[in-house]
Amino acid sequence: MFRNFINGFITTWKGLTLTIGHLFSSHKKRQIIQVSSDNYFKQMEGTNTIQYPKQELPVPEVGRYQLDVEIDDCIVCDLCAKVCPVDCIDIEAIKATEAIGQTSDGTTKRLYAAKFDIDMAKCMYCGLCTIVCPTECIIMTNQYDRTVFELKDLTYEFSDMTAEEAAEKRALLEKQLAERQAAKEAAMKQKGGGA
Amino acid sequence: MNFYLKYFIVAIGLFAFSGFFALFGVYAERKVSAFIQDRLGPTETGKFGLLQTLADVIKLLIKEPIIPAAADKLLFMMAPAIIFVAVYMGFAAIPWAGGLMPANLNLGLYYIFAILSVETLGILMAGWGSNNKYSILGAMRSAAQIISYEIPAGFAIISVVMIAQTLNLQTISTQQGILSAEHSKFLGIWDVSTNGGILSWNIFRAPHLIVAFIIYFIASLAESNRAPFDIPEAESELVAGFHTEFTGMRFAFVFLAEYSMMFLVSMIAVVLFLGAWNTPLPNIGVVNLADWTTGGAWGILWTVVKVLVLVGVQIWIRWTVPRFRVDQLMNLCWKVLTPLAFICMLVSGVWRLWVM
Repeated sequence: MFRNFINGFITTWKGLTLTIGHLFSSHKKRQIIQVSSDNYFKQMEGTNTIQYPKQELPVPEVGRYQLDVEIDDCIVCDLCAKVCPVDCIDIEAIKATEAIGQTSDGTTKRLYAAKFDIDMAKCMYCGLCTIVCPTECIIMTNQYDRTVFELKDLTYEFSDMTAEEAAEKRALLEKQLAERQAAKEAAMKQKGGGA
Repeated sequence: MNFYLKYFIVAIGLFAFSGFFALFGVYAERKVSAFIQDRLGPTETGKFGLLQTLADVIKLLIKEPIIPAAADKLLFMMAPAIIFVAVYMGFAAIPWAGGLMPANLNLGLYYIFAILSVETLGILMAGWGSNNKYSILGAMRSAAQIISYEIPAGFAIISVVMIAQTLNLQTISTQQGILSAEHSKFLGIWDVSTNGGILSWNIFRAPHLIVAFIIYFIASLAESNRAPFDIPEAESELVAGFHTEFTGMRFAFVFLAEYSMMFLVSMIAVVLFLGAWNTPLPNIGVVNLADWTTGGAWGILWTVVKVLVLVGVQIWIRWTVPRFRVDQLMNLCWKVLTPLAFICMLVSGVWRLWVM
Protein backbone atom coordinates (compact mmCIF):
# COMPACT_ATOMS: atom_id res chain seq x y z
CA MET A 1 0.00 0.00 0.00
CA PHE A 2 2.64 2.49 1.08
CA ARG A 3 4.99 1.39 -1.67
CA ASN A 4 2.17 1.78 -4.21
CA PHE A 5 1.63 5.28 -3.00
CA ILE A 6 5.31 6.25 -3.29
CA ASN A 7 5.48 4.57 -6.67
CA GLY A 8 2.46 6.57 -7.83
CA PHE A 9 4.14 9.81 -6.86
CA ILE A 10 7.42 8.89 -8.54
CA THR A 11 5.82 7.83 -11.80
CA THR A 12 3.58 10.90 -11.81
CA TRP A 13 6.65 13.06 -11.36
CA LYS A 14 8.38 11.29 -14.24
CA GLY A 15 5.37 11.95 -16.44
CA LEU A 16 5.24 15.57 -15.39
CA THR A 17 8.90 16.16 -16.24
CA LEU A 18 8.35 14.57 -19.62
CA THR A 19 5.38 16.79 -20.49
CA ILE A 20 7.01 19.97 -19.23
CA GLY A 21 9.99 19.16 -21.46
CA HIS A 22 7.68 19.04 -24.44
CA LEU A 23 5.95 22.23 -23.32
CA PHE A 24 9.19 24.19 -23.27
CA SER A 25 10.63 22.73 -26.46
CA SER A 26 7.51 23.78 -28.36
CA HIS A 27 9.12 26.98 -29.62
CA LYS A 28 10.98 24.80 -32.10
CA LYS A 29 8.98 24.54 -35.25
CA ARG A 30 9.17 21.65 -37.62
CA GLN A 31 11.32 22.26 -40.65
CA ILE A 32 9.67 21.58 -43.95
CA ILE A 33 12.10 19.21 -45.57
CA GLN A 34 11.72 16.45 -48.07
CA VAL A 35 11.30 12.88 -46.87
CA SER A 36 14.48 11.92 -48.69
CA SER A 37 16.47 14.31 -46.49
CA ASP A 38 18.72 12.69 -43.91
CA ASN A 39 17.25 14.81 -41.14
CA TYR A 40 13.64 13.96 -41.86
CA PHE A 41 13.31 11.39 -39.09
CA LYS A 42 15.69 13.17 -36.75
CA GLN A 43 13.35 16.03 -35.86
CA MET A 44 12.40 14.68 -32.46
CA GLU A 45 11.81 18.01 -30.70
CA GLY A 46 9.37 20.84 -31.14
CA THR A 47 5.90 20.94 -32.59
CA ASN A 48 5.14 18.53 -35.34
CA THR A 49 2.31 20.34 -37.13
CA ILE A 50 2.55 21.28 -40.80
CA GLN A 51 0.22 24.21 -41.42
CA TYR A 52 -0.92 22.72 -44.66
CA PRO A 53 -2.23 25.39 -46.98
CA LYS A 54 0.58 27.72 -45.89
CA GLN A 55 3.30 25.10 -45.73
CA GLU A 56 3.58 22.05 -47.87
CA LEU A 57 5.82 19.06 -47.53
CA PRO A 58 7.76 18.86 -50.79
CA VAL A 59 6.84 15.77 -52.79
CA PRO A 60 9.14 14.02 -55.25
CA GLU A 61 9.00 15.32 -58.81
CA VAL A 62 8.19 11.79 -59.90
CA GLY A 63 5.31 11.54 -57.42
CA ARG A 64 2.51 9.25 -58.47
CA TYR A 65 -0.61 11.21 -57.68
CA GLN A 66 -3.20 12.55 -60.09
CA LEU A 67 -3.35 11.38 -63.69
CA ASP A 68 -2.50 13.48 -66.67
CA VAL A 69 -2.89 12.64 -70.35
CA GLU A 70 -0.79 14.01 -73.18
CA ILE A 71 -3.59 13.77 -75.68
CA ASP A 72 -1.35 14.43 -78.69
CA ASP A 73 0.49 11.20 -77.93
CA CYS A 74 -2.65 9.16 -77.36
CA ILE A 75 -3.53 6.57 -79.96
CA VAL A 76 -6.94 5.94 -78.34
CA CYS A 77 -6.19 2.23 -77.96
CA ASP A 78 -8.60 2.05 -74.95
CA LEU A 79 -6.19 -0.20 -73.02
CA CYS A 80 -6.16 2.11 -70.00
CA ALA A 81 -9.95 2.10 -69.80
CA LYS A 82 -10.01 -1.68 -70.07
CA VAL A 83 -7.38 -2.30 -67.39
CA CYS A 84 -8.82 0.24 -64.94
CA PRO A 85 -10.11 -1.72 -61.90
CA VAL A 86 -12.66 0.95 -60.99
CA ASP A 87 -13.66 1.95 -64.52
CA CYS A 88 -12.90 5.58 -64.03
CA ILE A 89 -11.66 6.21 -67.57
CA ASP A 90 -14.28 6.83 -70.21
CA ILE A 91 -13.12 6.94 -73.83
CA GLU A 92 -15.09 7.40 -77.00
CA ALA A 93 -13.10 6.76 -80.15
CA ILE A 94 -13.90 7.79 -83.70
CA LYS A 95 -12.12 6.07 -86.49
CA ALA A 96 -10.30 8.43 -88.73
CA THR A 97 -10.71 8.18 -92.43
CA GLU A 98 -6.94 8.10 -92.82
CA ALA A 99 -3.83 8.16 -90.64
CA ILE A 100 -4.00 11.45 -88.65
CA GLY A 101 -0.36 11.70 -87.77
CA GLN A 102 2.26 10.29 -85.51
CA THR A 103 2.87 10.32 -81.79
CA SER A 104 6.20 11.46 -80.45
CA ASP A 105 7.48 7.89 -80.38
CA GLY A 106 6.53 7.29 -83.97
CA THR A 107 3.32 5.30 -83.63
CA THR A 108 0.72 6.15 -86.26
CA LYS A 109 -2.54 7.56 -84.92
CA ARG A 110 -5.66 6.27 -86.60
CA LEU A 111 -8.38 7.17 -84.10
CA TYR A 112 -9.78 10.43 -82.80
CA ALA A 113 -10.54 10.69 -79.08
CA ALA A 114 -13.95 12.36 -79.05
CA LYS A 115 -14.09 11.86 -75.31
CA PHE A 116 -11.30 11.08 -72.84
CA ASP A 117 -12.67 11.57 -69.31
CA ILE A 118 -11.00 10.44 -66.10
CA ASP A 119 -13.15 10.56 -62.99
CA MET A 120 -10.57 11.40 -60.30
CA ALA A 121 -13.21 10.87 -57.62
CA LYS A 122 -13.28 7.19 -58.58
CA CYS A 123 -9.57 6.78 -59.29
CA MET A 124 -7.72 4.72 -56.72
CA TYR A 125 -4.24 5.68 -57.90
CA CYS A 126 -3.13 2.14 -58.72
CA GLY A 127 -1.24 3.31 -61.77
CA LEU A 128 -2.18 0.32 -63.95
CA CYS A 129 -3.25 2.61 -66.80
CA THR A 130 0.21 4.16 -66.93
CA ILE A 131 1.76 0.70 -67.21
CA VAL A 132 -0.34 -0.58 -70.07
CA CYS A 133 -0.22 2.60 -72.12
CA PRO A 134 1.81 1.74 -75.25
CA THR A 135 2.80 5.34 -75.97
CA GLU A 136 3.24 6.41 -72.33
CA CYS A 137 0.85 9.27 -72.86
CA ILE A 138 -1.07 8.71 -69.61
CA ILE A 139 1.14 9.48 -66.63
CA MET A 140 0.87 10.20 -62.92
CA THR A 141 1.98 13.66 -61.82
CA ASN A 142 3.12 15.14 -58.51
CA GLN A 143 -0.09 17.14 -58.29
CA TYR A 144 -2.13 15.86 -55.32
CA ASP A 145 -4.21 18.65 -53.83
CA ARG A 146 -7.21 19.56 -55.91
CA THR A 147 -10.29 20.81 -54.12
CA VAL A 148 -13.47 21.42 -56.07
CA PHE A 149 -16.92 22.65 -55.19
CA GLU A 150 -18.79 20.37 -57.58
CA LEU A 151 -18.24 16.65 -57.84
CA LYS A 152 -18.34 16.86 -61.63
CA ASP A 153 -15.28 19.10 -61.55
CA LEU A 154 -13.32 16.03 -60.49
CA THR A 155 -13.98 14.48 -63.92
CA TYR A 156 -10.99 15.61 -65.90
CA GLU A 157 -11.63 15.97 -69.61
CA PHE A 158 -8.55 15.51 -71.73
CA SER A 159 -10.04 15.38 -75.21
CA ASP A 160 -9.14 18.44 -77.28
CA MET A 161 -11.97 17.98 -79.78
CA THR A 162 -15.03 20.15 -79.71
CA ALA A 163 -18.45 18.62 -80.22
CA GLU A 164 -18.64 20.11 -83.71
CA GLU A 165 -15.31 18.64 -84.69
CA ALA A 166 -16.39 15.27 -83.36
CA ALA A 167 -19.64 15.48 -85.28
CA GLU A 168 -17.73 16.42 -88.42
CA LYS A 169 -15.34 13.50 -88.03
CA ARG A 170 -18.25 11.18 -87.39
CA ALA A 171 -19.96 12.42 -90.52
CA LEU A 172 -16.74 11.93 -92.47
CA LEU A 173 -16.42 8.40 -91.12
CA GLU A 174 -20.02 7.62 -92.01
CA LYS A 175 -19.52 9.05 -95.42
CA GLN A 176 -16.42 6.94 -95.94
CA LEU A 177 -18.19 3.86 -94.61
CA ALA A 178 -21.16 4.54 -96.85
CA GLU A 179 -18.80 4.99 -99.82
CA ARG A 180 -17.05 1.75 -99.02
CA GLN A 181 -20.34 -0.01 -98.57
CA ALA A 182 -21.48 1.34 -101.87
CA ALA A 183 -18.22 0.31 -103.49
CA LYS A 184 -18.57 -3.12 -101.96
CA GLU A 185 -22.12 -3.47 -103.14
CA ALA A 186 -21.10 -2.28 -106.52
CA ALA A 187 -18.29 -4.83 -106.55
CA MET A 188 -20.71 -7.56 -105.39
CA LYS A 189 -23.17 -6.56 -108.06
CA GLN A 190 -20.46 -6.62 -110.63
CA LYS A 191 -19.34 -9.99 -109.38
CA GLY A 192 -22.90 -11.26 -109.32
CA GLY A 193 -23.44 -9.82 -112.76
CA GLY A 194 -20.22 -11.44 -113.88
CA ALA A 195 -21.24 -14.87 -112.59
CA MET B 1 -27.34 54.23 -2.08
CA ASN B 2 -23.59 54.50 -2.54
CA PHE B 3 -23.24 51.62 -0.12
CA TYR B 4 -25.26 49.31 -2.34
CA LEU B 5 -23.70 50.70 -5.49
CA LYS B 6 -20.28 49.67 -4.24
CA TYR B 7 -21.47 46.11 -3.73
CA PHE B 8 -23.00 45.98 -7.18
CA ILE B 9 -19.77 47.22 -8.74
CA VAL B 10 -17.75 44.63 -6.82
CA ALA B 11 -20.13 41.84 -7.86
CA ILE B 12 -20.12 42.87 -11.52
CA GLY B 13 -16.35 43.26 -11.44
CA LEU B 14 -15.90 39.75 -10.06
CA PHE B 15 -18.30 38.35 -12.64
CA ALA B 16 -16.46 40.13 -15.43
CA PHE B 17 -13.18 38.85 -14.07
CA SER B 18 -14.34 35.24 -13.92
CA GLY B 19 -15.68 35.51 -17.47
CA PHE B 20 -12.42 37.02 -18.65
CA PHE B 21 -10.40 34.40 -16.81
CA ALA B 22 -12.52 31.58 -18.28
CA LEU B 23 -11.93 32.95 -21.79
CA PHE B 24 -8.19 32.99 -21.44
CA GLY B 25 -8.12 29.93 -19.19
CA VAL B 26 -9.65 27.90 -21.99
CA TYR B 27 -7.20 29.43 -24.45
CA ALA B 28 -4.27 28.63 -22.14
CA GLU B 29 -5.55 25.12 -21.63
CA ARG B 30 -5.76 24.52 -25.36
CA LYS B 31 -2.36 26.03 -26.05
CA VAL B 32 -0.64 24.16 -23.21
CA SER B 33 -2.25 20.86 -24.15
CA ALA B 34 -1.22 21.45 -27.75
CA PHE B 35 2.39 22.19 -26.87
CA ILE B 36 2.57 19.22 -24.52
CA GLN B 37 1.35 17.03 -27.35
CA ASP B 38 3.67 18.67 -29.91
CA ARG B 39 0.83 20.41 -31.71
CA LEU B 40 0.20 24.11 -32.30
CA GLY B 41 -3.28 24.64 -30.89
CA PRO B 42 -5.49 27.48 -32.13
CA THR B 43 -3.56 29.70 -34.55
CA GLU B 44 -6.03 31.16 -37.01
CA THR B 45 -8.51 33.35 -35.11
CA GLY B 46 -6.70 36.51 -34.16
CA LYS B 47 -2.99 36.78 -33.47
CA PHE B 48 -1.78 33.38 -32.19
CA GLY B 49 -5.45 32.31 -32.05
CA LEU B 50 -6.09 34.65 -29.11
CA LEU B 51 -9.67 35.31 -30.19
CA GLN B 52 -10.52 31.62 -30.61
CA THR B 53 -12.40 31.30 -27.34
CA LEU B 54 -14.24 34.56 -28.02
CA ALA B 55 -15.41 33.05 -31.29
CA ASP B 56 -16.46 29.92 -29.39
CA VAL B 57 -18.50 32.01 -26.97
CA ILE B 58 -20.26 33.74 -29.86
CA LYS B 59 -20.98 30.33 -31.33
CA LEU B 60 -22.43 29.13 -28.01
CA LEU B 61 -24.54 32.28 -27.69
CA ILE B 62 -26.23 31.85 -31.04
CA LYS B 63 -26.86 28.13 -30.57
CA GLU B 64 -30.35 26.84 -29.95
CA PRO B 65 -30.99 26.02 -26.28
CA ILE B 66 -32.34 22.49 -26.44
CA ILE B 67 -34.27 21.02 -23.52
CA PRO B 68 -34.80 17.24 -23.74
CA ALA B 69 -38.49 16.30 -23.89
CA ALA B 70 -38.22 14.00 -20.86
CA ALA B 71 -36.13 16.39 -18.78
CA ASP B 72 -37.27 17.91 -15.52
CA LYS B 73 -37.44 21.43 -16.91
CA LEU B 74 -37.08 23.37 -13.69
CA LEU B 75 -34.08 21.42 -12.40
CA PHE B 76 -32.54 21.32 -15.84
CA MET B 77 -32.77 25.06 -16.37
CA MET B 78 -31.68 26.03 -12.87
CA ALA B 79 -28.70 23.67 -12.60
CA PRO B 80 -26.08 25.66 -14.58
CA ALA B 81 -26.96 28.83 -12.71
CA ILE B 82 -26.61 27.09 -9.33
CA ILE B 83 -23.33 25.48 -10.32
CA PHE B 84 -21.91 28.80 -11.38
CA VAL B 85 -23.35 30.89 -8.56
CA ALA B 86 -21.96 28.48 -5.95
CA VAL B 87 -18.47 29.02 -7.30
CA TYR B 88 -18.95 32.72 -7.92
CA MET B 89 -20.15 33.36 -4.35
CA GLY B 90 -16.93 31.81 -3.10
CA PHE B 91 -15.00 34.82 -4.45
CA ALA B 92 -16.81 37.06 -1.97
CA ALA B 93 -14.60 36.28 1.01
CA ILE B 94 -11.15 36.05 -0.57
CA PRO B 95 -8.62 38.87 -0.18
CA TRP B 96 -6.95 40.20 -3.32
CA ALA B 97 -4.60 42.53 -1.50
CA GLY B 98 -4.11 44.05 1.91
CA GLY B 99 -7.38 45.86 2.64
CA LEU B 100 -8.92 44.75 -0.65
CA MET B 101 -11.48 42.02 -0.26
CA PRO B 102 -15.15 41.99 -1.28
CA ALA B 103 -16.48 41.02 2.15
CA ASN B 104 -14.37 40.88 5.29
CA LEU B 105 -15.98 37.91 7.02
CA ASN B 106 -14.77 36.51 10.32
CA LEU B 107 -15.87 33.09 9.16
CA GLY B 108 -14.56 33.58 5.63
CA LEU B 109 -12.87 30.20 5.22
CA TYR B 110 -15.84 28.35 6.67
CA TYR B 111 -18.19 30.27 4.40
CA ILE B 112 -16.18 29.47 1.28
CA PHE B 113 -16.02 25.80 2.16
CA ALA B 114 -19.77 25.72 2.78
CA ILE B 115 -20.74 27.58 -0.38
CA LEU B 116 -18.49 25.42 -2.55
CA SER B 117 -20.36 22.29 -1.47
CA VAL B 118 -23.51 23.76 -3.00
CA GLU B 119 -21.91 23.06 -6.35
CA THR B 120 -22.51 19.34 -5.75
CA LEU B 121 -26.20 20.12 -5.49
CA GLY B 122 -26.14 21.88 -8.86
CA ILE B 123 -24.33 18.96 -10.45
CA LEU B 124 -26.84 16.49 -9.01
CA MET B 125 -29.69 18.68 -10.28
CA ALA B 126 -28.13 18.78 -13.73
CA GLY B 127 -27.66 15.02 -13.79
CA TRP B 128 -31.09 14.16 -12.47
CA GLY B 129 -32.91 16.83 -14.46
CA SER B 130 -31.41 15.67 -17.77
CA ASN B 131 -33.18 12.30 -17.41
CA ASN B 132 -30.30 10.56 -19.10
CA LYS B 133 -28.29 7.62 -17.84
CA TYR B 134 -24.92 9.15 -18.64
CA SER B 135 -25.83 12.38 -16.90
CA ILE B 136 -27.09 10.71 -13.75
CA LEU B 137 -24.06 8.40 -13.61
CA GLY B 138 -21.77 11.39 -13.95
CA ALA B 139 -23.68 13.31 -11.33
CA MET B 140 -23.59 10.43 -8.84
CA ARG B 141 -19.86 9.96 -9.39
CA SER B 142 -19.32 13.67 -8.97
CA ALA B 143 -21.28 13.80 -5.72
CA ALA B 144 -19.43 10.78 -4.32
CA GLN B 145 -16.10 12.24 -5.33
CA ILE B 146 -16.63 15.80 -4.12
CA ILE B 147 -18.05 14.74 -0.77
CA SER B 148 -15.20 12.26 -0.21
CA TYR B 149 -12.48 14.72 -1.10
CA GLU B 150 -13.92 17.43 1.10
CA ILE B 151 -12.66 15.45 4.09
CA PRO B 152 -8.91 15.50 3.36
CA ALA B 153 -9.24 19.04 2.02
CA GLY B 154 -11.09 20.04 5.17
CA PHE B 155 -8.49 18.56 7.47
CA ALA B 156 -5.66 20.11 5.50
CA ILE B 157 -7.41 23.45 5.92
CA ILE B 158 -8.01 22.84 9.62
CA SER B 159 -4.30 22.25 10.13
CA VAL B 160 -3.71 25.74 8.68
CA VAL B 161 -6.45 27.23 10.80
CA MET B 162 -4.88 25.69 13.91
CA ILE B 163 -1.59 27.41 13.07
CA ALA B 164 -3.30 30.70 12.16
CA GLN B 165 -5.89 30.62 14.97
CA THR B 166 -8.45 32.39 12.80
CA LEU B 167 -10.95 31.75 10.02
CA ASN B 168 -10.69 35.27 8.65
CA LEU B 169 -8.81 35.03 5.38
CA GLN B 170 -7.51 38.58 5.56
CA THR B 171 -5.97 37.89 8.96
CA ILE B 172 -4.47 34.63 7.70
CA SER B 173 -2.96 36.56 4.79
CA THR B 174 -1.53 39.32 6.96
CA GLN B 175 0.15 36.80 9.25
CA GLN B 176 2.31 35.52 6.40
CA GLY B 177 4.37 38.63 5.71
CA ILE B 178 6.18 41.62 7.09
CA LEU B 179 2.94 43.35 8.07
CA SER B 180 2.21 40.62 10.62
CA ALA B 181 1.57 41.77 14.17
CA GLU B 182 2.87 38.55 15.68
CA HIS B 183 6.25 36.84 15.43
CA SER B 184 6.67 34.32 12.68
CA LYS B 185 9.50 31.82 12.67
CA PHE B 186 10.98 30.15 9.60
CA LEU B 187 10.73 26.37 10.23
CA GLY B 188 10.01 27.24 13.88
CA ILE B 189 13.59 28.27 14.66
CA TRP B 190 14.55 31.51 12.93
CA ASP B 191 12.52 34.64 13.64
CA VAL B 192 11.72 36.17 10.25
CA SER B 193 9.11 38.75 11.31
CA THR B 194 11.16 41.55 9.77
CA ASN B 195 12.46 39.58 6.80
CA GLY B 196 9.10 38.45 5.47
CA GLY B 197 8.98 37.23 1.91
CA ILE B 198 8.85 33.55 1.10
CA LEU B 199 10.35 32.71 4.50
CA SER B 200 7.22 33.67 6.42
CA TRP B 201 4.71 31.86 4.21
CA ASN B 202 2.61 29.31 6.04
CA ILE B 203 4.30 26.35 4.35
CA PHE B 204 7.63 27.50 5.79
CA ARG B 205 6.39 28.74 9.14
CA ALA B 206 5.23 25.18 9.76
CA PRO B 207 6.87 22.77 7.30
CA HIS B 208 4.33 19.98 7.75
CA LEU B 209 1.95 22.33 5.94
CA ILE B 210 3.83 21.45 2.73
CA VAL B 211 2.22 18.01 3.06
CA ALA B 212 -1.08 19.67 3.91
CA PHE B 213 -0.68 21.88 0.84
CA ILE B 214 -0.12 18.86 -1.41
CA ILE B 215 -3.14 17.12 0.13
CA TYR B 216 -5.25 20.22 -0.36
CA PHE B 217 -4.03 20.66 -3.93
CA ILE B 218 -4.87 17.07 -4.87
CA ALA B 219 -8.26 17.32 -3.18
CA SER B 220 -8.95 20.64 -4.91
CA LEU B 221 -8.30 18.99 -8.27
CA ALA B 222 -10.92 16.43 -7.34
CA GLU B 223 -13.35 19.09 -6.17
CA SER B 224 -13.11 21.03 -9.39
CA ASN B 225 -13.63 17.78 -11.35
CA ARG B 226 -10.42 18.10 -13.29
CA ALA B 227 -8.20 15.35 -14.62
CA PRO B 228 -6.94 13.04 -13.19
CA PHE B 229 -10.14 13.21 -11.16
CA ASP B 230 -12.50 13.87 -14.06
CA ILE B 231 -14.51 10.67 -13.76
CA PRO B 232 -17.75 12.70 -13.51
CA GLU B 233 -17.24 13.89 -17.09
CA ALA B 234 -15.14 10.95 -18.33
CA GLU B 235 -15.52 11.64 -22.05
CA SER B 236 -14.62 8.10 -23.00
CA GLU B 237 -17.27 6.47 -20.83
CA LEU B 238 -20.01 8.99 -20.09
CA VAL B 239 -20.03 11.25 -23.19
CA ALA B 240 -19.69 14.37 -21.03
CA GLY B 241 -21.15 13.28 -17.70
CA PHE B 242 -23.57 15.62 -16.01
CA HIS B 243 -23.49 18.27 -18.75
CA THR B 244 -24.19 15.89 -21.64
CA GLU B 245 -27.57 17.43 -22.45
CA PHE B 246 -26.65 21.08 -22.10
CA THR B 247 -26.31 23.31 -25.14
CA GLY B 248 -25.60 26.91 -25.88
CA MET B 249 -25.39 29.34 -23.02
CA ARG B 250 -26.18 26.76 -20.33
CA PHE B 251 -23.21 24.70 -21.41
CA ALA B 252 -21.11 27.87 -21.39
CA PHE B 253 -22.15 28.46 -17.80
CA VAL B 254 -21.02 24.99 -16.75
CA PHE B 255 -17.72 25.70 -18.45
CA LEU B 256 -17.45 29.09 -16.82
CA ALA B 257 -18.06 27.44 -13.45
CA GLU B 258 -15.30 24.91 -14.06
CA TYR B 259 -12.72 27.56 -14.84
CA SER B 260 -13.86 29.88 -12.04
CA MET B 261 -13.56 26.89 -9.72
CA MET B 262 -9.99 26.31 -10.88
CA PHE B 263 -9.16 29.91 -10.07
CA LEU B 264 -11.02 29.86 -6.75
CA VAL B 265 -9.43 26.69 -5.35
CA SER B 266 -6.00 27.92 -6.41
CA MET B 267 -6.72 31.23 -4.72
CA ILE B 268 -7.70 29.46 -1.49
CA ALA B 269 -4.48 27.44 -1.67
CA VAL B 270 -2.49 30.62 -2.21
CA VAL B 271 -4.14 32.40 0.70
CA LEU B 272 -3.77 29.49 3.10
CA PHE B 273 -0.36 28.14 2.20
CA LEU B 274 1.57 30.38 -0.17
CA GLY B 275 1.49 33.73 1.56
CA ALA B 276 -1.63 35.22 -0.09
CA TRP B 277 -0.84 38.74 -1.34
CA ASN B 278 2.54 38.85 0.38
CA THR B 279 5.64 39.20 -1.69
CA PRO B 280 7.92 36.17 -2.15
CA LEU B 281 11.00 38.42 -1.90
CA PRO B 282 12.45 38.69 1.62
CA ASN B 283 14.35 41.59 3.20
CA ILE B 284 18.04 40.71 3.09
CA GLY B 285 20.20 43.05 5.14
CA VAL B 286 19.95 46.53 3.65
CA VAL B 287 18.16 45.29 0.51
CA ASN B 288 14.57 45.70 1.67
CA LEU B 289 12.99 43.77 -1.19
CA ALA B 290 9.95 42.86 0.88
CA ASP B 291 9.31 46.48 1.92
CA TRP B 292 9.64 47.66 -1.68
CA THR B 293 7.27 45.07 -3.07
CA THR B 294 4.49 45.26 -0.50
CA GLY B 295 1.33 47.30 -0.53
CA GLY B 296 -0.89 48.86 -3.17
CA ALA B 297 -1.06 47.13 -6.52
CA TRP B 298 1.75 44.73 -5.55
CA GLY B 299 -0.75 42.70 -3.53
CA ILE B 300 -3.01 42.11 -6.52
CA LEU B 301 0.01 41.32 -8.69
CA TRP B 302 1.40 38.71 -6.28
CA THR B 303 -2.02 37.11 -5.75
CA VAL B 304 -2.68 36.84 -9.47
CA VAL B 305 0.81 35.58 -10.28
CA LYS B 306 0.73 32.90 -7.61
CA VAL B 307 -2.77 31.81 -8.54
CA LEU B 308 -1.92 31.66 -12.23
CA VAL B 309 1.12 29.51 -11.46
CA LEU B 310 -1.12 27.08 -9.56
CA VAL B 311 -3.67 27.11 -12.38
CA GLY B 312 -0.80 26.38 -14.76
CA VAL B 313 0.17 23.40 -12.63
CA GLN B 314 -3.44 22.19 -12.73
CA ILE B 315 -3.42 22.38 -16.52
CA TRP B 316 -0.01 20.71 -16.66
CA ILE B 317 -1.25 17.83 -14.47
CA ARG B 318 -4.41 17.47 -16.52
CA TRP B 319 -2.47 16.84 -19.71
CA THR B 320 -0.04 14.45 -18.09
CA VAL B 321 -1.87 12.09 -15.79
CA PRO B 322 -4.50 9.62 -16.97
CA ARG B 323 -7.88 9.34 -15.29
CA PHE B 324 -8.31 7.42 -12.02
CA ARG B 325 -10.58 4.42 -11.79
CA VAL B 326 -13.36 4.87 -9.24
CA ASP B 327 -11.88 2.42 -6.72
CA GLN B 328 -8.41 3.94 -7.08
CA LEU B 329 -9.95 7.34 -6.53
CA MET B 330 -11.59 6.26 -3.30
CA ASN B 331 -8.45 4.37 -2.19
CA LEU B 332 -6.36 7.48 -2.60
CA CYS B 333 -8.86 9.60 -0.73
CA TRP B 334 -9.68 7.37 2.23
CA LYS B 335 -6.51 5.32 2.69
CA VAL B 336 -3.84 7.88 1.86
CA LEU B 337 -4.96 11.47 1.92
CA THR B 338 -7.34 11.32 4.88
CA PRO B 339 -4.88 9.65 7.31
CA LEU B 340 -2.10 11.99 6.15
CA ALA B 341 -4.38 14.98 6.70
CA PHE B 342 -5.16 13.71 10.21
CA ILE B 343 -1.43 13.47 10.93
CA CYS B 344 -0.97 17.01 9.63
CA MET B 345 -3.69 18.23 11.94
CA LEU B 346 -2.04 16.48 14.89
CA VAL B 347 1.35 17.96 14.04
CA SER B 348 -0.29 21.38 13.74
CA GLY B 349 -1.57 21.13 17.27
CA VAL B 350 1.83 20.11 18.61
CA TRP B 351 3.56 22.78 16.55
CA ARG B 352 1.26 25.52 17.78
CA LEU B 353 1.65 24.49 21.41
CA TRP B 354 5.39 23.84 21.63
CA VAL B 355 7.20 25.39 18.68
CA MET B 356 5.54 28.64 17.67
